[in-house]
Amino acid sequence: MDNLLILFEAPIFSLQLLIDGLLIGAVFALAAYGMALVWGVMKIINFAQGEFVILGGFIVWTFFKLGINPFLGIPLAAAVLFIVGWVLYQIVIVRIVEEDLFISILATFGMAILLQQLMNQIFGADVQTVDPGLDTWFLFDGAVTVLQIKVVSFFIAIILGAILAVFLKKTRLGQAIRATAQDTRAARILGVDTNKVYATTFALNAAICGAAGALVVMTWVIQPFAGLAYTIRSFMIVIVAGIGNVAGVVFAGLGLGAAENFAGFLFGAEFQAAFVFSLLVVILLYRNYKLRLKRRYLK
Amino acid sequence: MKSMGQKSVFYGVIVILSLIVPWLLPAYQTQLAFLWVMVVFALTWDVVGGQMGYNSFGNIVFFGIGMYVTAVIQRNMHFDIEEYVHVAGRVETLTPVQYLEGLFLGMGAGVVVAVVIAAGLGACILAMGMRGQYFGICTLGLGVAAGELANGWEYIGAGSGLVTPVFPDQLGQRGAFFYYIFFILAVIAFLTLRYLYAGRFGLAINAIRDDEDKAEAMGIHTTRYKIIAWCISAFFLSLVGGGAGHLIGFIDPTEVAFAGATFGVWMILMAILGGKGTLWGPVIGAVIFHITQELFWTYLFGWQRVALGALIVAIVVFFPMGIMGWMRERWPERFGHRVEEREAFSASKGGG
Amino acid sequence: MTKKQSYLFTLIVIIAAISLVFAGPSWAKVEGDTIIFGAAVSFTGKYSTNGKHTKNGYDLVVKRVNEMGGVKVGDKTYKIDIKYYDDESTPARAGQLADRLIKQDEIKFILGPYGSGPTKGIAPITEKYKIPMVEGNGASRSLFNKGYRYIFAVLSTSEQYLAESINLLAEKFKEDGRDPKSAKVAIAVENDPFSMDIRAGVVDDAKRWGMKVVIDDKLPKELTDMTATLTKVKALRPDALIVSGHSKGAALAVRQTAQMKVDVPMLAITHCEAADVVGKFGGDANYTLCATQWAPTMTYKDEWFGFAGDYAEAFEKEYGYVPPYQAAESSAAVLVYVDALQRAGNFDTEKVRDAIAATNLQTFYGWVKFDETGKNIAKPMVLRQIQKGKYVPVAPRKFAAGEVIFPKPKWKDR
Repeated sequence: MDNLLILFEAPIFSLQLLIDGLLIGAVFALAAYGMALVWGVMKIINFAQGEFVILGGFIVWTFFKLGINPFLGIPLAAAVLFIVGWVLYQIVIVRIVEEDLFISILATFGMAILLQQLMNQIFGADVQTVDPGLDTWFLFDGAVTVLQIKVVSFFIAIILGAILAVFLKKTRLGQAIRATAQDTRAARILGVDTNKVYATTFALNAAICGAAGALVVMTWVIQPFAGLAYTIRSFMIVIVAGIGNVAGVVFAGLGLGAAENFAGFLFGAEFQAAFVFSLLVVILLYRNYKLRLKRRYLK
Repeated sequence: MKSMGQKSVFYGVIVILSLIVPWLLPAYQTQLAFLWVMVVFALTWDVVGGQMGYNSFGNIVFFGIGMYVTAVIQRNMHFDIEEYVHVAGRVETLTPVQYLEGLFLGMGAGVVVAVVIAAGLGACILAMGMRGQYFGICTLGLGVAAGELANGWEYIGAGSGLVTPVFPDQLGQRGAFFYYIFFILAVIAFLTLRYLYAGRFGLAINAIRDDEDKAEAMGIHTTRYKIIAWCISAFFLSLVGGGAGHLIGFIDPTEVAFAGATFGVWMILMAILGGKGTLWGPVIGAVIFHITQELFWTYLFGWQRVALGALIVAIVVFFPMGIMGWMRERWPERFGHRVEEREAFSASKGGG
Repeated sequence: MTKKQSYLFTLIVIIAAISLVFAGPSWAKVEGDTIIFGAAVSFTGKYSTNGKHTKNGYDLVVKRVNEMGGVKVGDKTYKIDIKYYDDESTPARAGQLADRLIKQDEIKFILGPYGSGPTKGIAPITEKYKIPMVEGNGASRSLFNKGYRYIFAVLSTSEQYLAESINLLAEKFKEDGRDPKSAKVAIAVENDPFSMDIRAGVVDDAKRWGMKVVIDDKLPKELTDMTATLTKVKALRPDALIVSGHSKGAALAVRQTAQMKVDVPMLAITHCEAADVVGKFGGDANYTLCATQWAPTMTYKDEWFGFAGDYAEAFEKEYGYVPPYQAAESSAAVLVYVDALQRAGNFDTEKVRDAIAATNLQTFYGWVKFDETGKNIAKPMVLRQIQKGKYVPVAPRKFAAGEVIFPKPKWKDR
């Protein structure tokens, strides 16, 4: 465990890993937030989440090529994705919203591979990136570097999350969304147009992904077929947070970002994904165990 | 009995047709061999997913295990591992006897390993009472984790994958050879399942699907049946995996062996397309899906994944009851009379 | 089983059989006066960036050869054409498609796919049917130790890609009066057949010099971020960082070392050109060492394109970007076929195979001469350093147009 020794000898690198992990985690948390919303309100697991993220990135990149500032691209990407989400809801999701969770995974997976090749045809297969023109901060004599863009992304992600939370709490539509999440039938009886709520929720999720994609393209790189990583991460975060626990998503996202960074550092990048997925299985087993205890107790 | 006679004629036609098809269409032997792989995929998925109602995303794990065990045994029996995987030394071609020895011993070992692992995982996941969406998500995690582990394990080639030996010339046509292996496997799988579904086992797993708590209250050992069903699935999948590894010739951990995004999803789609929870549904679904997909690859070049994605959406969104389910809805009076009670019962649930 | 059901099923089986018969137009190997090659290339999936380069490389030769009259085989001149399928970046698909090209489309000459994985999927098939495959993008050396007779690679195998950078490091250490044994190497490669072989080559060379490999990370195929690895680099301060991960890996390595200001004396990567790191990152890409199979500045020439530079010009005119070596080596693969067909004088696959095996040809891409395992032994790898936004060949000595800048300047001095 040479790698562990490094962290003990030079704890400063733990700081670097932690900072980067948290900053990365914020972007993942943003995508996961959308997934949790859709999951909680509509009982749909959206496996096209990553493709929405990449699409958002490509939209920012397209506008960037046209000379538009990438930060202005964030609302543009969100707007475009909102429309895409709305359309996809009306075509596909509306028909599976009452179905089993399992059906939704398959249907959105189909959407995902469809979107992948469409992006490939429209934007080309190349790896793309956008330079936001920001610099890096050096801390502790260069031992720790903090990317300004990551910090900016972090705050944008947090602000967007906060806006969303306020939106859900305060506005009538937000309240309708929450009511639908709690009890669809009751909401319908009380005059909530659940269909509109569903459409808005799904479109909102797409818009959030679009914004996340804008941050991704400014910080890392995108490629039409690179969406899976984001889908899987969002999925993981939502599971760890607990289904329906939208607020927990933020902490789970940040935590997972940091945990993954440390796992990659300690075990080597090749076991990073295996570690995370084994963790998923363990967490599910643990949850299940607790649930069983509770069931037994109730009996 | 007339219907018995009809039945045997029907089965006879299918068997004879299947036996001669590779010689009628020699150019399509490999695709046809894959057709039977697909049939086994759909059939074995349906045991757990359709008949028992446990929607699994992780059955591909057993396919990959069978594939790797077979390939590793073949390699270890006949080659110096160092030379085979790493160094630029030449590797001799195998004799037919060596090849078959390695292949069949490997498949045998693969079955043992896969069934043991299935039982072990079953004891962890199923015996713990994990159900519904949690089971689906958990198996999804399993599938991905298995691929990632294989990806990092040097002994089985890690990310470089494993190459299976060249098919010896003396054994004749490679496509035909594997065609018959897979055909026989598919037939055995079909007959086994037909026998099992008709008996106590079928009733038990259907009961689990319909209401597990009640089934348990009625005195069915649900856990035992669930694990057995999963092991049956693993049994046939690992056999097919062992053969498929040799047919494909190159085993990549995440793209071939634990290919959850392709084979793993297709097996579910095929079962749904044909009709979940029916005996013939998965077979019909596999045939139609495989052919459609091959046609997409040929005629929709550059857009085939758009078409495939649209097809997937269309299947699950517009056609979740499947072909068998649709036929029963379309002609209930024709079906209702002839079909045994059990099948009619499962049909009514097949859509959900 | 009712009558209706059985009819329906028989119908399905018959339809299945019929549609399989007509699945795909039948392409004979020679149709009239056209020779048809077959290729399964990644148009979708994780290799799609380079799949495009591969196809462009193939197509350019087809266009050029046909414009110049075609290929003379025996005493007739033929045009050439290529039938493509999409292997979706997966070896399983690639193998099935090769089977289809050979058996259904009756194509007798196969051109390689992009990437070692798909090539490994195809090689057992071509070997089985004894159909030659000339490939320009499957560099993994495990392709050449299985006794395959029908695979020919015009490119240098992957263990050679970055091995030169290790030698360069040792040389520089000696110049500075330091012991190469004290050098520390960090390796971060994608977990796929190609990059794993790159790693093997680098590890072997590092071992030979007695260098210490301090980081040995295998990056996931769904690579999105290298922060953990780069933090390790910052902590351990290796003298060289070797990264390989196709286009995505190259782009990420350049971007993130610049962002995190990771100071490492030598950064050596593959796929610089394919990822267009200079175009994307400008000054940040400077001082990066890039392994390349070919460069437009080389002085090789052939009858179809002229000099390497002329090829680059023709390519850029056609497709609007400077050809990366992935395109050039693909073009060279077709040229090898053209040459072999001319020498063989007929379309017998065994004869053509032997003609390919006997190739001794100068192309714009370099010399092509195969050893008995089918790899090209007449062509070295070149290492280029990005200096002021230009690719400057720095090793091996024979091709060097400039001196390597080592160590690369620290970020705060740039």
